[in-house]
Amino acid sequence: MTDAAELTRLTRELLAAHPPASTDRLDFLRARFDAGLAWVHYPEGLGGLGAPRTLQAVVDAELEAAGAPDNDPRRIGIGLGMAAPTILGFGTEEQKRQFLRPLWVGEEVWCQLFSEPGAGSDLAALGTRAVRSGDNWIVNGQKVWTSSAHLARWAILIARTDPDVPKHKGITYFVCDMTDPGVDVRPLRQVTGEAEFNEVFLTDVRIPDAHRLGEVGDGWRVAQTTLNNERVAIGGMRLPREGGMIGPVAKTWRERPELRTPDLHQRLLKLWVEAEVARLTGERTRQQLVAGQPGPEGAGLKLSFARLNQEISGLEVELLGEEGLLYEDWTMRRPELVDFVGRDAGYRYLRSKGNSIEGGTSEVLLNIVAERVLGLPSEPRTDKDVAWKDLAR
Amino acid sequence: MSTTSTEPDLLYSEEEEALRAAVRDLLTDHCDPADVITRMETDAPHDLSLWKSLAEGMGLAGLLVPEEQGGQGASHREVAVVLEELGRAVAPVPYLTSAVVATEALLAGTGAAAGELLAALASGRTVGALAVALNVAPGAAYKVVAHEGGLLHGELTGIADATAADVLLVPADDGGLYAVNTDADAVTITPQVSLDLTRPVATVTFDGASARLLGDAEPAVRRALRAGAGLLASEQLGLAEWSLTETVRYLKDRKQFNRPVGGFQAVKHRLAQLWLEVVGLRAAARSAADALATDSADTDVAVAVAQSYAAPVAVRAAEEALQLHGGIGMTWEHPTHLCLKRAKADSIAYGTSGGHRAALAELVDLRAP
Repeated sequence: MTDAAELTRLTRELLAAHPPASTDRLDFLRARFDAGLAWVHYPEGLGGLGAPRTLQAVVDAELEAAGAPDNDPRRIGIGLGMAAPTILGFGTEEQKRQFLRPLWVGEEVWCQLFSEPGAGSDLAALGTRAVRSGDNWIVNGQKVWTSSAHLARWAILIARTDPDVPKHKGITYFVCDMTDPGVDVRPLRQVTGEAEFNEVFLTDVRIPDAHRLGEVGDGWRVAQTTLNNERVAIGGMRLPREGGMIGPVAKTWRERPELRTPDLHQRLLKLWVEAEVARLTGERTRQQLVAGQPGPEGAGLKLSFARLNQEISGLEVELLGEEGLLYEDWTMRRPELVDFVGRDAGYRYLRSKGNSIEGGTSEVLLNIVAERVLGLPSEPRTDKDVAWKDLAR
Repeated sequence: MSTTSTEPDLLYSEEEEALRAAVRDLLTDHCDPADVITRMETDAPHDLSLWKSLAEGMGLAGLLVPEEQGGQGASHREVAVVLEELGRAVAPVPYLTSAVVATEALLAGTGAAAGELLAALASGRTVGALAVALNVAPGAAYKVVAHEGGLLHGELTGIADATAADVLLVPADDGGLYAVNTDADAVTITPQVSLDLTRPVATVTFDGASARLLGDAEPAVRRALRAGAGLLASEQLGLAEWSLTETVRYLKDRKQFNRPVGGFQAVKHRLAQLWLEVVGLRAAARSAADALATDSADTDVAVAVAQSYAAPVAVRAAEEALQLHGGIGMTWEHPTHLCLKRAKADSIAYGTSGGHRAALAELVDLRAP
């Protein structure tokens, strides 16, 4: 059993063998992965040591104090948060060895080819086709809202491999090579002015069967792992008091008394309390996980943060008064990372509108809470036992 | 602004869960909603036999009192669990007022009289009430009576559970806190017609009542009201949770348009939203209870956060329960109105949500214009 003392010893050993000041950044990260200190709860040989997940904090603190480089987790969030747990859960040994190390180091960026123009909240309705051809699958279709597609080396992809069965059953999960000549990535400019996401056209893309994750036709079940991890990644950050979007607005309130009005004061205090309660709820969820008694509370975290981010950033624009009339920069750019809390208030206001859409809309998540947590009946369905090809479109 | 270096313990221990189960069992057997509704219409709305079981039978009145002073030597965390269960049942017992608020007032004192009374309250055989109106917030002004020649004169209103109390703890104009027996001739307690019949308020008149000095009123009242406010959040949590659970249960069965009403998305989203708020309230209430129990430097903030958040959630939970039960929710025999009346009264008790937010503005340096 690897304990905190052992991890501290191993981390110091890594630092001694690869002094951060004189080691190339990627070389240091590769050595850290090989030492099992990347994500300590992963298996040995795959970046981990099979240690309790909570002990990662011990390693991180030690490395931070030593000024070691990190793998820029915000830039590679999709790979870390969604692709990696799915590969770990469903990949072959060969796939795990091929993909996890460059993914974690950050030398290979991942994106997620899930949503389509006709399959958003109803993701299982997707129409991108994958047809078997010898040892390969030939993929044709269109994906959308794909963050980081312009930077990605690999994508996790779900495609329809059997249109003759009901929609949830005919889906298969693949790893797609974004450098394949059939992959065409086109920027989609969004409300912030930037093109953080893309549409991706797939024309006769050849995916080797060795890059399939899980069984043929079992893609929907594999995708649940990705989606559950996505929601945890979006809503589950550990924050100090005032650690989220409430921080900048509270700071402005303290530093600029001339902007204060009674109405804004009432709204700010109400949101401050709600942000603190959301933070405590996240902390309680974390304590439950550590104690080995996971509760359903995590299901709601993303919902709360989406609403709070939108209300708080909206308030901040108003608080700024004349400055709230301005916007930092409308230049069309294709940024390297998704930035929820950086930049100015106008950007935060516009970007946070996506928080209740991405990773499952709030409406869909409320249904999930109602059905899975409260046990309420599901909506009547007309698509359940109908072959995908026979569904009205 | 204040931050804590360590996070509060927001979970329930095994002992706390065992305590919860014991209290819930007792309430299931001896606090039936129909009986509570019947009792409310009599001259004796308090259930003193239930109080006896809780206080003397289970020793719950003395949870906050150290063992050497005749109590159980437990903490606010255990008291919070008891209050969650009492809130679920809207139990008509003077637990919050006697075992929490009056007890905390006495814990602030040092004299022999205070110690003696503390032990009496801890045993549950004596019921106490702080003679400060129920709506007064921890930092707010409160009314005092005149102390002349060793006797008290004056009238106080809005005193919760005074009709069940044996002893009143009364702040006087000389700065002292006095104990007055309610059966004395010079004391008159007149029940007021209360919104919450399960925690009724009364007018108390002193016409030259003899009183024993317990100590300084100011620190005792502040301490008592702060603990009351912080732990009230747990009662509100219990109320809100009961309202949500009962409504979900009912709507899984109740059919309209040939479908369970709980299957309609408009209804599901409302209940899911309410669940989110109850989950938040649990975290906030646990935070306040843990801060009080550990005497954290963050206690004032934790209490203000919990009380800012708790009242609107509890009231909304009860209001949603009434609406979503349809016509049945509007009837006298359905227990939802017990919850609604308690939740609304609780939203005023020990300071309003807005009052606690104003206090918070000072505590975390987000000052008014």
